[in-house]
Amino acid sequence: MSLDRRALVRGGMSLGALTLLTGCDLSDNDVVQGVLARFSAWNDRVQAALFNPNKLAPTFPEAQAVKDFRYNAWYAAKDAPALDAASYRLTLAGLIANKKPWTVDQLYALPQVSQVTRHICVEGWNMIGKWSGTPLRTFFERIGADTTARYVGFECADGYYESMDMATALHPQTIMAFKLSDEFLPRQYGYPFKIRVPTKLGFKNPKFVTTIFVSNLRPAGFWPDRGYNWFSGI
Amino acid sequence: MSDPPGTNPIGTHPIGSDPTGTGPTQSGTTGSYPKYAQTRPGHAEPAIEVLEHAWPVRLTHWLMAASILLMIGSGWRIYNASPIFPFRFPDAFTLGGDVNVALTWHNDPGVASAIQWHFAAMWLLALSYLLFVAWGALSGHFRRDFLPVGPQSFLRDFIAAARFKLEHHLGEYNAVQKVFYWGALALVLLMIVSGIAIWKPVQTYPLEVLFGGFQGARIVHFLGMAGICGFIVVHLALVALVPTTLVAMVVGRVTGHAPLAGHATADAMEHPP
Repeated sequence: MSLDRRALVRGGMSLGALTLLTGCDLSDNDVVQGVLARFSAWNDRVQAALFNPNKLAPTFPEAQAVKDFRYNAWYAAKDAPALDAASYRLTLAGLIANKKPWTVDQLYALPQVSQVTRHICVEGWNMIGKWSGTPLRTFFERIGADTTARYVGFECADGYYESMDMATALHPQTIMAFKLSDEFLPRQYGYPFKIRVPTKLGFKNPKFVTTIFVSNLRPAGFWPDRGYNWFSGI
Repeated sequence: MSDPPGTNPIGTHPIGSDPTGTGPTQSGTTGSYPKYAQTRPGHAEPAIEVLEHAWPVRLTHWLMAASILLMIGSGWRIYNASPIFPFRFPDAFTLGGDVNVALTWHNDPGVASAIQWHFAAMWLLALSYLLFVAWGALSGHFRRDFLPVGPQSFLRDFIAAARFKLEHHLGEYNAVQKVFYWGALALVLLMIVSGIAIWKPVQTYPLEVLFGGFQGARIVHFLGMAGICGFIVVHLALVALVPTTLVAMVVGRVTGHAPLAGHATADAMEHPP
């Protein structure tokens, strides 16, 4: 091998290494973002296939449930919306037979279950809590939701919005959580209720839900619109 | 594994296959190793050593190298979102775009992009790792070049290396190198398994129990990353010492004079033809 060829190869390698080092800039490139979005869509499909509708998320002894659950949002707790029980109505839309709005009292009168499950945040932290409320499946039976539809969407009083696949919505541990640690949801945790779904990452658990809709078109999500994976199953 | 006697090759042998088909037909083989070179130092001709990497090894090596860099860079950004140890990685060394731009536009410090990188590169890593291991096992590359190795030969070569007395033969791995390659392969496997435990803690439960729970899996995933970083540092340092190995991993085949105790030309001066 001649020295020229060696120099060429080494120069090429250095260039390759440099390209990798500037990878942080590549992240903001439109083409790169497009490729990454395709991988994310592929991961949605893989995760839907991996999701076992009969597999329960691990449950824990009640003693392990945290009392002062971590508050987490993009705004301070004091800025959380304060919904009034008298004027609050849960709006129903889409592929639902009975779209009559629900009051807080009507919701809280639904049959309830409790779960001590683990909330896992996309950032990596986790926390065990005790939530009580109505399985979304039970609610869907009451309102005549088309459970053969593909998606369920949620709109929230704080401007948040989320959505999930129907299989996850019908999972027995997916509940409309009215209580945290046996107390009605304090304001910053999502009064009058949040969707508690222990088979998905924390940001897939919307709070202050004001609208539930069923659709065959995939609804958006607040963080998925900002680049996070939509399915985000765990 | 012990070291069978008489299998420590004194000459050289090509790594991987021999696409030209000429190598092993030459005389002077020792044990099961095909030899290109027969002449010993001090004889009339210096021995010619050959380092050869078959194309599947080169392809999967570079795919793994690229995907591991992407995994580490994006992993550091993800780690920064919720550190498990009392430090963060400087943003400049992480992957996921401009932090301030992401914060301004998305209220997110580029963790979304980092996760996208991580969950895209993981497929590339898993695929190239699988192909590398499958090819290494089926082609005989692992058996020929990564074996035999045992505690005795490792200790012997480690002590020799620590005294800077370990001879380097192009195309032949010493026991320390062999242990390092097995270790790197094991670490990547550990990263894949602990990564699955973190990615799917519900669907794969109780896999995480192997690592002491979900947070335990995160710590194992971190330590595995640290181990791989350590491997990369040593690997690159050795490549810098013997740059022809880098050329071989790119173009497939290089030759040199034997023995190559650090520097081929210095040795050639000691044993002029």
